Amino acid sequence: MDLDSYLGVHVAALKLRERRTELLATNLANADTPGYKSRDIDFRSALAAADSPNKGGQLLATQARHIGSNAAEALGGQAGTTEAFLKYRTPLAPSLDGNTVDAQLEQSAFAENAVRYQATLSFLSGHFRSLMTAITGQ
Amino acid sequence: MSSFKIFDIAGSGMAAQSVRLNTVASNLANAESVSGDPATAYKARHPVFETVRANLMGGKLGASGAAVKVSGIVENQTAPEARYEPGNPLANAEGYVYAPNVNTIEEMVDMISASRAYQNNVEVMNTSKELLLATLRLGQ
Repeated sequence: MDLDSYLGVHVAALKLRERRTELLATNLANADTPGYKSRDIDFRSALAAADSPNKGGQLLATQARHIGSNAAEALGGQAGTTEAFLKYRTPLAPSLDGNTVDAQLEQSAFAENAVRYQATLSFLSGHFRSLMTAITGQ
Repeated sequence: MSSFKIFDIAGSGMAAQSVRLNTVASNLANAESVSGDPATAYKARHPVFETVRANLMGGKLGASGAAVKVSGIVENQTAPEARYEPGNPLANAEGYVYAPNVNTIEEMVDMISASRAYQNNVEVMNTSKELLLATLRLGQ
């Protein structure tokens, strides 16, 4: 049994949630920086891309002599990152200094993201628990 | 591990906001520091925030988080307020003293804004710490 396929989408989801936590932390830290533009991840499409066989629109190596996507990464490409799914937020009330961070919006997104991160964690630990049950046979 | 970047980001936000609180404290403390010469009168100070992108976060601009830093402190250049106080030992020959251009109401608002932003960053740090500890306990 392949451990990666056993854990399913949750591994990719956990990575994405962590990335999003970082982005929202950035938005909150720059809540008073003039000219800073608030950003967020389009989670649905990012997860769909991470879960598809050619992860994140990378080249798919189906033959041993194909150039793998790691080559693109080595060349400074953006393989496997959330780069393509980064979006700028449309501000509800942009301020005069060009800052588009809405602290309340970011706070609620941060709280939501934290809860969903913990949900993904509990899915994962559930998988691990059933694996342990299978291993110990009890 | 990239989760520790969140601590850097939230920490930089806290540092920047505490500089802002410092300038507010300095402005409020000197709100009544009069001077006999308009050139030496205290001037209100304000920090200028700037986003740090590349150097802290490993060079990539795109998906990486970005910290904040104080790129400088600027002094308010509006003219100090002249008050006629001939009895004041600091008064000049015409009997005027010059009060700083500190607007105490603006400073109070700035203080509330800075302390709320600081609290936001503390919350971000606490939540990230809890998530990270939960991740460490994964599988136990």
